[in-house]
Amino acid sequence: MSSQLSSQLNKPATQTAGAEGYNFAYLDEQSKRMIRRAMLKAVAIPGYQVPFGGREMPLPHGWGTGGMQLTATVIGEADTLKVIDQGADDTTNAVSIRRFFAKTAGVATTEHTADASLIQTRHRIPERQLRNDQILIYQVPIPEPLRFIEPRETETRKMHALREYGAMQVKLYEDVARFGHIATSYDYPVMVNDRYMMDPSPIPKFDNPKMNQMPALQLFGAGFEKRIYAVPPYTRVVSLDFDDYPFEVQSWEESCSICGSDHSFLDEVIMDDAGNKMFVCSDTDYCRERVEQGFTAENPEGQQGLTPEHNQVQQENKKQDDTKAEEMAL
Amino acid sequence: MNAIQNVNGQPLKGGKDTSAERQAGKWQDDAPLLSVRDICKFYAPGKGCGDVSFDLYPGEVLGIVGESGSGKSTLLSTLSARLQPDSGQVIYNSAQFGELDLYACDEAERRVLMRSEWGIVHQHARDGLRMNVSAGANIGERLMAVGERHYGSIREKAEEWLTAVEIDTGRIDDRPSQFSGGMQQRLQIARNLVTHPKLIFMDEPTGGLDVSVQARLLDLLRNLVSQLGLSVIIVTHDLAVARLLAHRLMVMRRGEVVETGLTDQVLDDPQHPYTQLLVSSILQN
Ligand SMILES: Nc1ncnc2c1ncn2[C@@H]1O[C@H](COP(=O)(O)OP(=O)(O)OP(=O)(O)O)[C@@H](O)[C@H]1O
Ligand SMILES: [Mg+2]
Ligand SMILES: [Zn+2]
Repeated sequence: MSSQLSSQLNKPATQTAGAEGYNFAYLDEQSKRMIRRAMLKAVAIPGYQVPFGGREMPLPHGWGTGGMQLTATVIGEADTLKVIDQGADDTTNAVSIRRFFAKTAGVATTEHTADASLIQTRHRIPERQLRNDQILIYQVPIPEPLRFIEPRETETRKMHALREYGAMQVKLYEDVARFGHIATSYDYPVMVNDRYMMDPSPIPKFDNPKMNQMPALQLFGAGFEKRIYAVPPYTRVVSLDFDDYPFEVQSWEESCSICGSDHSFLDEVIMDDAGNKMFVCSDTDYCRERVEQGFTAENPEGQQGLTPEHNQVQQENKKQDDTKAEEMAL
Repeated sequence: MNAIQNVNGQPLKGGKDTSAERQAGKWQDDAPLLSVRDICKFYAPGKGCGDVSFDLYPGEVLGIVGESGSGKSTLLSTLSARLQPDSGQVIYNSAQFGELDLYACDEAERRVLMRSEWGIVHQHARDGLRMNVSAGANIGERLMAVGERHYGSIREKAEEWLTAVEIDTGRIDDRPSQFSGGMQQRLQIARNLVTHPKLIFMDEPTGGLDVSVQARLLDLLRNLVSQLGLSVIIVTHDLAVARLLAHRLMVMRRGEVVETGLTDQVLDDPQHPYTQLLVSSILQN
């Protein structure tokens, strides 16, 4: 575990900022300590689901209390928080969660991936490559990847303990038998560190390769089922597949109608009653960043001779694409 | 079909072993596959099974018969590592692990056995099949569990085994819930046999089926068992089924074994009064 990671997790609980009458980041210190212990265990055993005695957060359903409890536990005064919902920072959920922590912890918030130290997410991993000094926190609805085939918890625990993952392959078999290819496109199961089968939460499989060897710490919180799991920085994460039907990510014929990107996850947007549609980056911050740098639908290569900053970002993105290509080649 | 082989790696061949072969005691040449010593499992006095000991040899089919409630299923569960006995030992001679004391060994080894060297055919197909996935996936699951990762070859083997149990390969993508009772049982058998197990446990595999469907299933079972050289422990209250499949019989009553012997001997010349009653009640039907 990197030193800044352990210092993040062991952050002293002395912060005072935040709303009157509440503890820092709302959650009481005893619960935070308990959750930190579970987190440390989760980091020590990548992909393993650690049970924790989760608290009820007084929040409306769908806010993702699992993710919020983890965020409340690791957040410190110096953090800058970003919240993504479906890739966007401006949905009701994302705005509410950001406000909640701005109010209860007094922390800075941002929509810029690059400026965030802590990112809570539902449904997406940012397109911009994350750094080792960042933490990505996922809200997870159903943490158990084997649940669909085995409803008994005692049995799924045994299957993990004994590494009995043949049943998981059945799901992929059914896909190929029915659709001629692996049609599972969200919640696509992965093997973590060559040991534990993990549900990556409902992110598109497009994002799966980003989990592999990610420099940032990835934490997963399931509030309803009270489970925490983690992928430490630079950990091997492999998507399941068949030898003759290898893992593939989604791809689009189209490019983003705003920034011209041909390498990001695109959302289809219906434009009018006539059914005209366009495709735009689901990661709104990434799209904005590209537009700021001069990329447009008409000029997807960007303008020549822009600022050095622009060139640097472009290079970073290229590097990210290269690693992606490498992973896919593996 | 030629990819389907018996446990010794030889291709399937037709033919059944004869009673003469059985009577010659050819089983005794090999070491026992399963050794059962003083197994006891009682839920209440008289309810369960007690003091059961026997050896099962490779290629042997043992029938367990007796009236309802006599403890047949309880015994079968303890023999197949699914129900911890109160006392006693079950030793299995594993190709992968050597001699295994089923209730003292590592659970991981026991579970590997259950999906590779063993098969379990349940009376109710829904207990032995995954009803919400296709027939092909039902057969392929064991292959994937032992590490097969090539879709094409999984599918090929699934088709071979569908053929072997006389199910049209065109039904490979249908779910078992769309199958008749007899087909579900045959699918269950295929699902078990795909990893070439040595020992199969069956609990009333023909129970609840129409008579003509039963006859076809029995015929299929008998052929597969002799062609693949399988060892089988089969529980049935139907003496006709026992007569057709089993080399040796164990008669149970109120949790105890009252008589054992070669099938023909037990059925044609029963010694214990309870067996005599059992046999005569069948004859009266
Ligand atoms: N889980 C259990 N708890 C308590 N009693 C049980 C349990 N399982 C079985 N029994 C009792 O043990 C006795 C033996 O049951 P078992 O199912 O082994 O009989 P069986 O010979 O298989 O009968 P059948 O032919 O009806 O299937 C019965 O009296 C049964 O009621
Ligand atoms: Mg029974
Ligand atoms: Zn865009």
